[in-house]
Amino acid sequence: MIFKTTIQGLATAIKGLTLTVRHLFSARKKRQSLDIKKDNYFEEQQGVTTVQYPKVKMPIPEVARYQLDVVIDDCIVCDLCAKACPVDCITIEAIKSPEAIGKTSDGSVKRLYAAEFDIDMAKCMYCGLCTVVCPTECITMTDKYDRVTTNLADLTYTFSDMTPEEVKKRKEEWTKFQAEKEAAKNK
Amino acid sequence: MDSLILNILTPVAIFLFIALFTLFAVYAERKIAGFVQDRLGPMETGKYGLLQTFADILKLLQKEFISPSASDKILFALAPILIFVAVFVGYSVIPWGPNLIPSNTHTGLFFIMAVVSIDAIGILMAGWGSNNKYSLLGSIRAIAQMISYELPVGLSLIAAVMITQTLNLNEIAFNQGLLSSKEIYFLGFWKVNEIGGIFGWNIFQAPHLMVSYAIFFIASLAECNRAPFDIPEAESELIGGFHTEYGGIRFAFLFLAEYAMMFLVAMLGVVIFLGAWNSPLPNIGPAKLADWTTGPVWGVFWTLIKSLFIVAVQIWIRWTLPRFRADQLMTLCWKILIPLAFVCMAISGLWRILIMI
Repeated sequence: MIFKTTIQGLATAIKGLTLTVRHLFSARKKRQSLDIKKDNYFEEQQGVTTVQYPKVKMPIPEVARYQLDVVIDDCIVCDLCAKACPVDCITIEAIKSPEAIGKTSDGSVKRLYAAEFDIDMAKCMYCGLCTVVCPTECITMTDKYDRVTTNLADLTYTFSDMTPEEVKKRKEEWTKFQAEKEAAKNK
Repeated sequence: MDSLILNILTPVAIFLFIALFTLFAVYAERKIAGFVQDRLGPMETGKYGLLQTFADILKLLQKEFISPSASDKILFALAPILIFVAVFVGYSVIPWGPNLIPSNTHTGLFFIMAVVSIDAIGILMAGWGSNNKYSLLGSIRAIAQMISYELPVGLSLIAAVMITQTLNLNEIAFNQGLLSSKEIYFLGFWKVNEIGGIFGWNIFQAPHLMVSYAIFFIASLAECNRAPFDIPEAESELIGGFHTEYGGIRFAFLFLAEYAMMFLVAMLGVVIFLGAWNSPLPNIGPAKLADWTTGPVWGVFWTLIKSLFIVAVQIWIRWTLPRFRADQLMTLCWKILIPLAFVCMAISGLWRILIMI
């Protein structure tokens, strides 16, 4: 019994040792094809698989869907993306405008100012639901995936292009308009 | 006066060697681990990560001394010193080349076995002094393991010593090659005093010494707490075992002792079984390969090459085999290695009586 297990132990140890030494010597080679779309990708099982990331990058798909980007001029501030987001990483503050502000590139009428349009990329889970619901297709996923920062706050991307003074002005405009409307009603 | 300077220079040289070897071995270990696992290992510090271990040691030297408030301060501070000294003293009786030996004592082998066992006390001091359950568990395991495995190491060495008939490591080294003072036979029948080379090594002087060497090698892995016998350290279950609480230069010394121990047991195995500083190349007719490759410089060269090869095998085994369970460890020691070592010892006696006469 003990004799048999001893022999078995030695045999399996030798099997394992030959396996590791094979890998040790095949480390002279490097995996050549990094593109998973290539046919031979799974044939090259030998050699080092490490990709030295910042120096070497793996190819990404043409329509890669990584970090979010917003073309704020096309945004009608409908808040649909913030509602769709499962992790609530989009914060939008809208200011109503007395009259139409302008038109987006696809012809939708803009009636709201985006006082705040923040996306917290540290929270984002890259599901892409916000891009699906966007009526003007202004929020899209880009092929950028490796923004590195030492400050966590830098991962909150701000897309609003309004200055605080402008925000204040627009708010005052709307309060004034509201007050005028209220006054007209009470008359 | 000259001998005094020599007596100071030798330990310093050996210490420098150990330090350099440790830096090199840690780098080699990480690289081999990487290659075995299809990774690259350290690559960023210097070309191919060559300066990685120098950066590591610089970091360790800069760190502050931290002793846990509930620890036994004296034991905690003494343990790394004791562990390192126990291993370091072992180097004093090991020959590097023909008559190139720090201390030529008649009981060299016995001395090594005695001082290396002190290592176990140091580890217990480290574990107890840390006052940490993981450290204590690690050191208890270490003691159980090191004391158990001292037996197969000792028995396999006795089997070799019965053939060599001396405990003096310098003589053992001499009697394995061209410069032998007594007749040496390859497997007991072929006189190889003139041929030398690999045929003169102790491991080939009697066939059962190969088994003895295998036992010695396996048991010495356990002696220096290397995988697959690393349950005293067991990173995945005990954090770091007895050295959990250590940091900075104290940790560096524990690390140094660990790698020094690796080299020490590799070198001891080389001296006793694998021909010490004798060349592995035999004289073949007019090509006097053994004559050409014997001498003080060649001696150091062969000792280093053989020992480093054994260290490489230790590293290779570490990255292949998984850790033993405590009961498997004891089963292997008490039920397999010790009986086998006893059989080898008995064969040594018979060999001595019946074949070497």
